[in-house]
Amino acid sequence: MRPEPRLIEVRKNVLKQNDVVARALRDRFHAAGVFVVSLVSSPGSGKTAFLEKTLTLLRPNHRVAALVGDLATENDALRLARSQAPVKQITTGTLCHLEAAMVQKALEEEQWDLNQLDFLFIENVGNLVCPSSYDLGEDLRLVLISVTEGEDKPLKYPTIFNSADVSIVTKLDLAAAVEFSWQTAYNNIQAVRPGMPVFKVSAKTGDGMEKYLEFLATRLSELRPASVV
Amino acid sequence: MHELSIAMSIVELAEEEAERRGVQVEAVHLKLGALSGVVKAALLSCYEMACEGTPLEGSRLLIDEVPVVIFCPSCRAQRPLNSVQLFCCSECGTPASAVVQGKELEVVALEIKECAPNPV
Repeated sequence: MRPEPRLIEVRKNVLKQNDVVARALRDRFHAAGVFVVSLVSSPGSGKTAFLEKTLTLLRPNHRVAALVGDLATENDALRLARSQAPVKQITTGTLCHLEAAMVQKALEEEQWDLNQLDFLFIENVGNLVCPSSYDLGEDLRLVLISVTEGEDKPLKYPTIFNSADVSIVTKLDLAAAVEFSWQTAYNNIQAVRPGMPVFKVSAKTGDGMEKYLEFLATRLSELRPASVV
Repeated sequence: MHELSIAMSIVELAEEEAERRGVQVEAVHLKLGALSGVVKAALLSCYEMACEGTPLEGSRLLIDEVPVVIFCPSCRAQRPLNSVQLFCCSECGTPASAVVQGKELEVVALEIKECAPNPV
């Protein structure tokens, strides 16, 4: 006779392994006093241009570095290197997102002294679906949408917007050409993530960058309340 | 499309548990939140592939979908979310971003068959 199947309780998070590595990374980042920002967006919404501008503008007053995920090429790392900040490429092959272990491995290979950094940026692979499930140990997750993508991106991808902390609307210099409605985009972001701070920028003209950099500097000083930044 | 790697993680996790307890898995019970970032249909179709060549080959994946519940700051109560496109209280309409439930991606239980001791 076939025995009755029995149910045993397990209760384990499927992404436990990633979460454990991410937590260890976060502890390490905090101990070193480095503020870590990750960027997610769909392909082509201007992550790399935005990050290049960010690195270039921060570099005179802050110590910055960047990890950049890409499926196959090193083009992004080469572009970011123009900012003269240390940059490390993580080539993911066919993998559609970064995982905490990849960040850990890249840091090991690069041997950056985290104590000598103010900001570390992690540019994820262009994808608005898969990166939402993976904690990378970051303090702040930025989700970017460009004005050319349409105002309804947040409604189409509520999960990633919900997993992010701040939204950046990019390519503002093209807004008029594509009849972009800032109010509609803003309302859609607030619908899926009430209270989310939103910055509108143009990496090309530099418009709006100052306000966002001030925000980052404030967050850094909150991370290091006791020390002099 | 990261459901295959998620399916492989599920199989790995279940395999470890089964090995530790010396049992054979017939089915894996999974809680899947609406905000987990994982699609049920895609996960189910990847599961069989992920099981191939492992002790879990032939096992089933039973998915319990978990709806989103938010905390309404006005009502000071947990409320179900009517739409992931609009994070607000289903009773009073106040915008609410505190997610109480709906991000689960968790193996809750294994349906097992005790391995019969070898006949002497």
